[in-house]
Amino acid sequence: MFGLDALELARIQFAFTVSFHIIFPAITIGLASFLAVLEGMWLKTKKEEYRDLYHFWSKIFAVNFGMGVVSGLVMAYQFGTNWSFFSSFAGSITGPLLTYEVLTAFFLEAGFLGVMLFGWNRVGPGLHFFATCMVALGTLMSTFWILASNSWMQTPQGFEIVNNQVVPVDWLKVIFNPSFPYRLLHMTTAAFLSSAFFVGASAAWHLLKGRDTPAMRTMLSMAMWMALIVAPIQAGIGDAHGLNTLKYQPAKIAAIEGHWENKNSEPSPLVLIGYPDMNREETRYALEIPWLGSLILTHSLNQQIPALKSFAKEDRPNSTIIFFTFRIMVGLGLLMILAGVWSLWLRHRGTLYRSRAFLHFIFWMGPSGLLALLAGWFTTEIGRQPWVVYGLLRTKDAVSGHGEMQMSISLLLFILIYCSVFGVGYPYMMRLIRKGPVAHEGLETNHGGPGQHRTPARPLSAAQESLNDADKGADNER
Amino acid sequence: MLIKGLTMNVDLPLIWFLIIVFGVMMYVVMDGFDLGIGILFPLVKAEHERDVMMNTVAPVWDGNETWLVLGGAALFGAFPLAYAVILDALAIPLTLMLFGLIFRGVAFEFRFKASAEKRHVWDKAFIWGSLFATFSQGVVLGAVINGIPVVNRAYAGGALDWLTPFTLFCGVGLVVAYALLGCTWLIMKTEGQLQENMQSRVKPLLLVFLLVMAAISLWTPLAHPEIADRWFTLPNILWFLPVPVLVLLVSLWMLRTVNKKSHHAPFLLTLVLIFLGYSGLGISIWPNIIPPSVTLWEAAAPPQSLSFMLVGALIIIPIILVYTFWSYYVFRGKVTHDQGYH
Repeated sequence: MFGLDALELARIQFAFTVSFHIIFPAITIGLASFLAVLEGMWLKTKKEEYRDLYHFWSKIFAVNFGMGVVSGLVMAYQFGTNWSFFSSFAGSITGPLLTYEVLTAFFLEAGFLGVMLFGWNRVGPGLHFFATCMVALGTLMSTFWILASNSWMQTPQGFEIVNNQVVPVDWLKVIFNPSFPYRLLHMTTAAFLSSAFFVGASAAWHLLKGRDTPAMRTMLSMAMWMALIVAPIQAGIGDAHGLNTLKYQPAKIAAIEGHWENKNSEPSPLVLIGYPDMNREETRYALEIPWLGSLILTHSLNQQIPALKSFAKEDRPNSTIIFFTFRIMVGLGLLMILAGVWSLWLRHRGTLYRSRAFLHFIFWMGPSGLLALLAGWFTTEIGRQPWVVYGLLRTKDAVSGHGEMQMSISLLLFILIYCSVFGVGYPYMMRLIRKGPVAHEGLETNHGGPGQHRTPARPLSAAQESLNDADKGADNER
Repeated sequence: MLIKGLTMNVDLPLIWFLIIVFGVMMYVVMDGFDLGIGILFPLVKAEHERDVMMNTVAPVWDGNETWLVLGGAALFGAFPLAYAVILDALAIPLTLMLFGLIFRGVAFEFRFKASAEKRHVWDKAFIWGSLFATFSQGVVLGAVINGIPVVNRAYAGGALDWLTPFTLFCGVGLVVAYALLGCTWLIMKTEGQLQENMQSRVKPLLLVFLLVMAAISLWTPLAHPEIADRWFTLPNILWFLPVPVLVLLVSLWMLRTVNKKSHHAPFLLTLVLIFLGYSGLGISIWPNIIPPSVTLWEAAAPPQSLSFMLVGALIIIPIILVYTFWSYYVFRGKVTHDQGYH
């Protein structure tokens, strides 16, 4: 298909399904902690907007969680169907880590999700708050295991190779591998920021529509405090993560920077923008700032940053792609910092909830966190190439031996099915957001319970709104 | 210390094999009847009866499917070679199964939220998703019985090796089996017209199910001399012989309970039948995890991986089981039209 070979098609299929999937967990992670904070504030202050917001966002959380489960099912099988040589080579390490993730997710769903979504007014406020906190903790634990697995593939350690199969020797070393702490922090913070801007944009939209309620103000205010404080912290974490990558995956850094060769002993420049051309081995139309590359990455003026030409051609990641994905991530990050600073200034002037220019800006920044997160993952994953397990197994040796025809058809089907299924789910979520929080929602017990008219039990049934606007009757009918 | 002790004295691959077999069994038993309901959907036309059918499984179906995820992940961790080879060889039917399950899962949720004119779209997604998923699972089962060639720790066959008359027949067979499970489940969980409808269908379904089982039981040894050897030599035959006898006895018992219009017995006896079929499969492939040549010990991950995983599994699986039984207990009893378990 389009002149792509089976390996490229398998990579595109993985990239497509995992990119689609990661959006849901990212929002789940952020919203779970947001909900815990909202409920904590409600219990502490008894201000009604916190309770109304809790009910509003827990519905969106539920829909999001349900779609994450469906898209995650595919991931559990794709390692085997499309990457069988990776699975038989590294399964004894990545398999147990993923198993722990599944067990954690089950434990969470089995124990606390039901109480959190359907237990308001059925269990005491303390117990309910505890359940919400446990769900938030559970999402963070899932993140822990998934990132341990991914980070081990980036910076493997604590293993030996016997009969062409990795054998774990020291699990602590496997889990706490060199890049793991940075990646875990960077991803968790990214999930928090994604959710903050998601929440902030929802508030901005409602405020622009003239719905200036205490709940909306609380939403915007909380989101902007997050942007002000957490976005700069994220930049710091990103810098530290970059230094870690420089130490363990220098080729990735060279490709990110589009930096091809070092001259004598001059400090390396920073290529601000340009077009890295893999065939001509140069970055065309480059706009360079002398010395800045060394300054940012080595924090000095006498060391050079790695250059792509010092790596064999077959060991270079694709600079053309990750040069840009990295800059998209950083650019969005800077805009988030700007949003935070702007909000502080407007807060000082007392026009935070009225400045239309600012509200428009925040509305358009809604997907910025998710886009930055995706761009970051593209950077780190494509930057790991040509390896799937860094330095141990090349991607081309990891792929199953399927034909181009088979991979083309399955990729097309995945695109078709994901678009049709999530093409219903996402607009539904947006509809819930457009509807906005309902005052006093928590006063009534949720419908149902054993032997009663309606017994909600699954994440998606926490939201009762019907799929399309026109059909108001369907809600009442059930 | 604990982990060291475990690795020294215990047959870890066997324990993990049993955990995975148990997980798959749980999956077949529990997702079997709710897939069966999707398969029976076309036989019931009345909208409110369809609602009732879905409501009988709505509270539990996603919990049922989690066993499939656990089975996949545990196979990956505990038997990476089996995971790699089997999933590689059966990539197409497994992908089709996933497509089916996605449609079905989403249809479950959106059907209740859709407007009346659009509901039929989700009905169709539910029916076809259930059929697709079940048929694909049957094909996977048949392909595993057929055996998967392995050379140098890798799959050594073609992309369409799974596509044989035998595997397609197994696909049909599983559709019948799940339909029978769904039918008897509905007899247990519903009343009135829907229940009568199902009671009238259980006998023909049982008959077809027995014919299918008999056909697979004849076809398997005829097509696979090595399985025939296993079945018809001592001492295996002593293990195997009771299976067909028990199948017949249980079927006769089930016929009686159907005639007496029992509510619970037919479902429980269907479970016994499914379990017997499952044990026949076990006798045919044991101790291989990739028939016909790779044993579970050869495919197992190193003991360091198995013991590491076992700690988590021993803590969390019992909790999941308790929760599962609890949720079935909460939703016990009949489901009627005015009581929408949604």
